[in-house]
Amino acid sequence: MRIGIDVGGTNTDAVLMDGKTVVSSTKTPTTSNVSDGIVSALKNLVAESGVDVTTLDGVMIGTTHFTNAVVERRRLQPTACIRLGLPATVCLPPMVDWPDDLREVVGGHYYLAHGGHEFDGREISAFDPAEIHGIAEEIGKKGVKAIAISSVFSPVNAEFEQRAAEIVQEVLPDASITLSSTIGRIGLLERENAAIMNACLRELANRTVGGFKAALAELNITAPFYISQNDGTLMNADFATDHPVLTFASGPTNSMRGAAFLSGLRDAIVIDVGGTTTDVGVLQNGFPRVAALAVSIGGVRTNFRMPDTLSVGLGGGSIVQTDPLQVGPQSVGYEITSQALVFGGDVLTATDLVVAGGKADVGDAAKVAHIDAGFVATVEDRIEEMVNIAVDRMKTSAALVPVIIVGGGSILIQRPVAGASEIVKPGHYAVANAIGAAIAQIGGETDRIFSLAEMTREQALEAAKQEAADRATAAGADAGSIEIVEVEEVPLAYLPGNATRIMVKAVGDLAGI
Amino acid sequence: MNTVTLDDIERIALGAGILGTGGGGNPYLGSLHLRETIRQYGPARIVDPHDLADDALVPLCGFIGAPTASVEKLEAGTELIGALRLLEEHVGRPISAIGIAEIGGANSLAPLVAGIQAGLPIVDCDSMGRAFPELPMSVFFFQAGVPVTPLAMVDAAGNSAIIPYTVDAKWAERLARTLATSMGATAGLAGSMVTGAQVKQYGIHYTLSLSKYLGQRVLTAQANGDDVPTVIAQTLEGKIILRGKITDLNRRTTQGFARGTLTIESFGGQDQLDIEFQNEFLIAYLNGEVVATVPDLISIVTDDSGEPISTEVLRYGMRVAVLGIPASPALKTPEALAVVGPRAFGYDVDFQPLPGGCIGNKPETNG
Repeated sequence: MRIGIDVGGTNTDAVLMDGKTVVSSTKTPTTSNVSDGIVSALKNLVAESGVDVTTLDGVMIGTTHFTNAVVERRRLQPTACIRLGLPATVCLPPMVDWPDDLREVVGGHYYLAHGGHEFDGREISAFDPAEIHGIAEEIGKKGVKAIAISSVFSPVNAEFEQRAAEIVQEVLPDASITLSSTIGRIGLLERENAAIMNACLRELANRTVGGFKAALAELNITAPFYISQNDGTLMNADFATDHPVLTFASGPTNSMRGAAFLSGLRDAIVIDVGGTTTDVGVLQNGFPRVAALAVSIGGVRTNFRMPDTLSVGLGGGSIVQTDPLQVGPQSVGYEITSQALVFGGDVLTATDLVVAGGKADVGDAAKVAHIDAGFVATVEDRIEEMVNIAVDRMKTSAALVPVIIVGGGSILIQRPVAGASEIVKPGHYAVANAIGAAIAQIGGETDRIFSLAEMTREQALEAAKQEAADRATAAGADAGSIEIVEVEEVPLAYLPGNATRIMVKAVGDLAGI
Repeated sequence: MNTVTLDDIERIALGAGILGTGGGGNPYLGSLHLRETIRQYGPARIVDPHDLADDALVPLCGFIGAPTASVEKLEAGTELIGALRLLEEHVGRPISAIGIAEIGGANSLAPLVAGIQAGLPIVDCDSMGRAFPELPMSVFFFQAGVPVTPLAMVDAAGNSAIIPYTVDAKWAERLARTLATSMGATAGLAGSMVTGAQVKQYGIHYTLSLSKYLGQRVLTAQANGDDVPTVIAQTLEGKIILRGKITDLNRRTTQGFARGTLTIESFGGQDQLDIEFQNEFLIAYLNGEVVATVPDLISIVTDDSGEPISTEVLRYGMRVAVLGIPASPALKTPEALAVVGPRAFGYDVDFQPLPGGCIGNKPETNG
């Protein structure tokens, strides 16, 4: 059996799963110290199911904690970036395209140094240990302890990043260092952005993952635990502590994977209605459709593979204004249980209207009995319109498609959705996120340039697939279950020797479950 | 248009991305570099081609290499200005203004950076009216007979080369390509020195203004919730060939070029469009029939927001709109078609011109 936990901004949800069966589920408020919320969710789960925690095979945690920290510019530590690539790259220094407020929060410290590689593996300039030593000393004087290191073409050759890290660690033994080559793919600025964001989250990751550990220990759970990443695969706790940036899109990914699991549908539109927003995404063959163009997090451009979702300011806590009529995007959020009319508050929310219309039994219906039925219908019209537009924008064709509705705010959607062949509100829909975490897989990726002068294209593809599969196995996947799910090949224009860039992703089930 | 300011960058990059027909390099990095340069030194000065003196000296410039290398080995920022200065030194006469080799992607923006650095105006004009993969695919070469050489190339480290003379344009392309590879597949290049009189007579005029105008139309359409691909087609007097989803993408490398075939299925599923590409999109077949051919522009944009998609970022499953846009008349002459027609790219297809077109005309802008 395994437990899936979703630590959201509003609620912490947990589910207990036996193979493919949901045994038990619970929803509790998220606490400022995340471990308290997890402890109470786990206590509920154990009490309700009577599970013997020593028989658990694993605990999978999904969290939006790190994304929120960047979006809110809170709990980030001062960070320095060292980029190896002089004399190239000068015109666009690190963090050049960051929003000013975020750059200020992390300090905007950067250093350009010699090093880096050409596309074909030659050195751009020689690595200079004395230069790195000097930079490390300067960073030390500033008291900065989080350091990101990037080097040109490090996905092809990471040697310089690693040598620089050794020197920096020697000078600054308590610094935490992030190498861009361990984080991202080709595209220096985007990979470096991700490395810097990762570096500034390391302290928070230490505390948060430590909090997860403490919560599990408090309940005597000794099973290994994992954190879910952007693409719905898992990483172990130590890896997650070092790579918090890889959790950035895990929220929508988990809810869509959970929706696929609960509904049994492989191709569908997923509407996830939360307290503040409704996220619409598309399932293709059981996995979220990936965004085509670069995705920004908190205003910073990254080149992660991210699910293609459309977020609309509509949720259970959306504030309803009467004149002119407006639903959201302002929301009472997690304070819905004190501020909404049905809970005795004085703010008119979307949830109040649904209750007034007699469509849901939440809080005290008597407190909204005075609302005019005509007004209820007008708001329902508006919500219907918002949902229909969002779904239409995400659809690829006029053909009817199944629509799956999940999330705690699902009661908002009472009308048929335009363009839907069927509307599925599966059981446990409110905890789809936690289920998505529980069923996550282990993945491995490779992305580098091969020269087809020395091998055939088939040999290069085979080598890339093997690398990806090896990485998945190293990350904890069961070797027998590994599948190659993505192969992308980009021949490099104009280059002789048929240089080609090959990206492969392999996924497999978690070994031992 | 007299200047390019911070506010103009996004518009020009958007418009030039569409005119780039899949090539010209990723405009994001070019936009950032231009933004940083304008922030530091002020706006770029733009000169109307008809305001040039007849004996003005105008070199064409841009980056040569592979876009995949340029997203990693970012510019030092001195490559293009270095190449211009080197060429100027070689010919022994001062440059009057900067010429844009191709309107398309990053290569429309890089000459603006060089112009600001040099303190010289940039001519509102280019030599292709779109993006093309090779140096000789320029109106100044195939129409005016201006050789591509002498040309100068400089890399990020400052390594410099002059090619004073080649027996023909193919040799110039071959040598420049070899140098570019040695220079890390990204180098600044200046060559094809033309005169003000030649710019007036042969250049494809107002393509920088057109990029800005087109980009503005796209931004306005996005803000108003209008159908962006339709607005692009109207602005360029082109048509939407198909809207649908990329269902197949077959890339192959032959003769050092990234060639490939792209298949798009219409949203209703009743039509299929196959597109041959070679850095740029070249030939479109609708249900097996040729519907658009190079040098006419075949551009692909995202179906919802009309953002241009370059050949490097094509991916299975993308929802796109494919546009057919009539090329400048300068690309449709027999001399032009011998260099930039379908057969010049190795396709056994005749050029089938799309009617109408406005590339090369001054757009109806308010500045």
